[in-house]
Amino acid sequence: MEWETVIGLEIHAQLSTRSKLFSGSSTEYGQEPNTQANVVDLAMPGVLPVLNREAVRMATMFGLAIDAPIGRGNVFARKNYFYPDLPQGYQISQFDKPIVELGHIDITLESGETKRIGVTRAHLEQDAGKSLHKDYAGMTGIDLNRSGTPLLEIVSEPDMRSAKEAVAYMKKIHELVQYLGINDGNLQEGSFRCDANVSVRPKGQKEFGTRAELKNINSFRFVERAINYEVERQIDLLEEGGEVVQETRLYDPDKNETRSMRSKEEANDYRYFPDPDLLPVEITDEFIEEVRAALPELPAAKYQRFIEKYELSDYDAGVLTASRAVADYFESVATGSGEYKLSANWVIGELSSHLNNDDLDISQSPLNADMLTGLIQRIADKTISGKIAKEVFQALWDGEGKTADEIIENKGLKQITDSGAIEAMIDEIIANNAAQVEQYRSGKEKVFGFFVGQVMKASKGKANPAQVNEILKQKLSA
Amino acid sequence: MINKSLKELKEGLASGEFSSVELTRFFLERIKQFNDDLNAFISVTEEQALAMAKAADQQIAAGNAGKLTGIPMAHKDLFCTDGVLTTCGSRMLENFIAPYDATVVEKLNAAGMPMLGKTNMDEFAMGSSNENSYFGAVKNPWDLERVPGGSSGGSAAAVAARLTPVATGTDTGGSIRQPASFSGVTGIKPTYGRVSRYGMVAYASSLDQGGAFGASAEDCALLLEAMSGFDERDSTSVDVAVPDFSAHLNEPLQGLRIGLPKEYFEEGLDSGVAAVIETALQQYKKLGAEIIDISLPNTHLAIPAYYVVAPAEASSNLSRFDGVRYGYRCEDPKDLTDMYMRSRGEGFGAEVKRRIMTGTYALSAGYYDAYYLKAQKIRRLISDDFKQAFKQVDVIMGPVAPETAFKIGEKSDDPISMYLSDIYTIALNLAGLPGMSVPAGTSNNMPVGLQIIGNYFEEAKMLNLAHQYQQATDWHRQTPASFSGEQ
Amino acid sequence: MSLTADEVKKIAYLARISIQEENIEQYSQDLSSIFGLVEQMNAAATDDIEPMAHPQHAMQRLRDDVVTETTDIEHREKLMSNAPARQDGLFLVPKVLD
Ligand SMILES: [Mg+2]
Ligand SMILES: [Zn+2]
Repeated sequence: MEWETVIGLEIHAQLSTRSKLFSGSSTEYGQEPNTQANVVDLAMPGVLPVLNREAVRMATMFGLAIDAPIGRGNVFARKNYFYPDLPQGYQISQFDKPIVELGHIDITLESGETKRIGVTRAHLEQDAGKSLHKDYAGMTGIDLNRSGTPLLEIVSEPDMRSAKEAVAYMKKIHELVQYLGINDGNLQEGSFRCDANVSVRPKGQKEFGTRAELKNINSFRFVERAINYEVERQIDLLEEGGEVVQETRLYDPDKNETRSMRSKEEANDYRYFPDPDLLPVEITDEFIEEVRAALPELPAAKYQRFIEKYELSDYDAGVLTASRAVADYFESVATGSGEYKLSANWVIGELSSHLNNDDLDISQSPLNADMLTGLIQRIADKTISGKIAKEVFQALWDGEGKTADEIIENKGLKQITDSGAIEAMIDEIIANNAAQVEQYRSGKEKVFGFFVGQVMKASKGKANPAQVNEILKQKLSA
Repeated sequence: MINKSLKELKEGLASGEFSSVELTRFFLERIKQFNDDLNAFISVTEEQALAMAKAADQQIAAGNAGKLTGIPMAHKDLFCTDGVLTTCGSRMLENFIAPYDATVVEKLNAAGMPMLGKTNMDEFAMGSSNENSYFGAVKNPWDLERVPGGSSGGSAAAVAARLTPVATGTDTGGSIRQPASFSGVTGIKPTYGRVSRYGMVAYASSLDQGGAFGASAEDCALLLEAMSGFDERDSTSVDVAVPDFSAHLNEPLQGLRIGLPKEYFEEGLDSGVAAVIETALQQYKKLGAEIIDISLPNTHLAIPAYYVVAPAEASSNLSRFDGVRYGYRCEDPKDLTDMYMRSRGEGFGAEVKRRIMTGTYALSAGYYDAYYLKAQKIRRLISDDFKQAFKQVDVIMGPVAPETAFKIGEKSDDPISMYLSDIYTIALNLAGLPGMSVPAGTSNNMPVGLQIIGNYFEEAKMLNLAHQYQQATDWHRQTPASFSGEQ
Repeated sequence: MSLTADEVKKIAYLARISIQEENIEQYSQDLSSIFGLVEQMNAAATDDIEPMAHPQHAMQRLRDDVVTETTDIEHREKLMSNAPARQDGLFLVPKVLD
């Protein structure tokens, strides 16, 4: 039988607010345990929540970016369950009236086609604290620093049909929230997390199969692997005449398998009801227009603009707008140097491969945009050749100087464009290599490369290649 | 000293007749003398009270005294008090030292009122008799075999026996008005949102409201004014100006329209109580008011709706008591679930567990619409009843409770009959309206309170009505015989 | 309206409240009579009535995104001083398995 995979994702994106969703505690990561948790975050008796305006604004930005209606009177509800990292005994979340309603986002498939994925909803909610499983005299330690950090839970429609599509969607959302500046995109620190609902059904069948929920997968690679594993498991199970049970499963990246989380299975009755400590959140037209006006350029618009303004190929524009940081970097270099194509080539080529090799993010690049701009200007004005430029780039990367000019100066890499000097070098080489001159003149034009190599060697690569070619041709055919 | 109004106490302090330290010591002595009989206080904070009194005396001497500087008071033991035991009448919080002050506590501290201690209450404010306290029942100063009402029974009894001039309380379904009625003191529950709930341990968040107990409306006006006001830490606190409640006490009642809901005088109302209310209404007529018969047709639905809304909210509010960060944890939990189950099973008393389970059930899958949503619709009907009524009248009056204080133990085995005794008070909480109880006479030698229900934010008018009545009568001046003697 | 022993046990578990086997019957009676009282609501027609979640008709007030509190180690000590079990700035609970 042929099977079809159906995938829906729930993404939890931490919003980059300074303070928590309902308290004035800092959201800063990596602090001493329980030093970012005040009486509200610790759910002391008698405390009350007050909503952070910035979280509302950020959620609204997201809604506008995916073309979704904004819940004009969205409501916070309590999701009740007991867990030691959930101090209130309930999570303040949104249930039947979320802030972001049905929207959509387009992903690009491997075939190059575009596919529209529905975003069912996105809602604001509190993050939980952390359970530390290191052994504390046989007990578990609870750190509530993360408790109450604002999350935007982004729920997709079950529109994805393969692990690859799921990853493409996840990357697209990841890219979008960073574009909007509402999430730091840090998967390792858990700022961007994903749960996947996976089911399979015989191809052509309308009804969905029973789904399993894969919890907390924190890398793009693992999402793909976890889904593929789970799909195979479900197909095997069905083909052997078994049944898929609706359950929560945990992906184990070490073993590359998913396994049932029985502990969370028992009695999932969250008893949602409107939080009586909070009132409906009013979103006015004015507020929406204010947010819309301040919305940064979104990836699709930026992509179009890059093609038009910088005359980039579709491919280059795609690569350069894949993240806002890369796009901003490129744009700064391109406008600074005025050399659009050259800038694109250097960002996509030399810079990206260096970043990849050292496993660095563009924000961590030893070469900032100004430094690369300086380098490109020297290529453009022919102070150095492209080949020498790579040497200068490496030197800048290694911290040997702060500007391209400084490196060029210190290392004496300035291109030789004085035709007298080049002529002198060529004359000497011609004089010393009579045999090769003879070969060339008798029609063996391949030897030309030998002469170019000799001149570049003699000039330590600094001779202007175009001039070298021209003068060589003249002299050899004389 | 014990019959002095707050105004007179302020005059005494200002003239140097006595100092705040002397005044505070006087009430601390009374607590020492009588608390064993009444069990009205869970903690007495003598040292802090005297330190605050000393500071108040300095302020008075420096000429910086406010309206209440130096006058001692007591807090119901569910207002969080920084560094002081805050138990909510529960074994769960038997050893809980609050790490912060409730807004109300902060405000009364700032007003310079020495805190004598924390008063006993039904556990987590759930009860109408004060028998549901882990720290034992409170006794009614008028008859030690009877209950003082609840859940703010400790505050009501303490003011009735003049162990403190005034006290705070909270009212979720009648918990200020009913004990005020049973104990013969004046009590006011303001409009929902008037007093900040921050730091007031939640029972049912959409119903809870802090308020004041005093010997008179005039005293309540002063205390309530100091407690009230917008608080940015409480999203449900209302940003409206707090009027000077005392400034309106003497306005004439000529032409005032008082609504009398016929549903408050139907079967179940004790005839002695009915007679007291009738007499009080005659008094209001004499004062120039007009009595108008009205109907609140959904009154009978208030208790059923309340016993969904309040337990539902409570079941969630009380989930934080899990034995992890504070509060009772059972001995040797064998695993996490065992810790939760036994800590809560052993830490909460019977009534609290009953209400948590009621609320859990009402919200559980498959029942939400039938119970919770239905109750919210009933809530709208009840609120609309009052809206209609206030188109015809300025205030509504009636009894606070169907009867006077009952005997300790009389109803404790029958939760339903206990619940039914809140028939006249609960509807207000569902609507969020202000209400008060004013001593209006006795039936079988026990006090009877007259209930005054105002429209939203009309506390000044209610206090004015109560004060005018108290100028014409002296029920509020009576004190229970065993506690009336000066030492 | 009558709750079975199993329903009582299920609710008690959802609410994480241990109850003794011998008290289940009492709970079942108490809850049954409470819901008997509650079901008096059914007499009222409420089809067209808008549910009222809160006595206030106002909308939620929003706070500025400002860090108003910092919890240093000393303040943490105060906030954690009521904890039944703690170590190294952490609250301790019986082993969490998942
Ligand atoms: Mg979810
Ligand atoms: Zn979530």
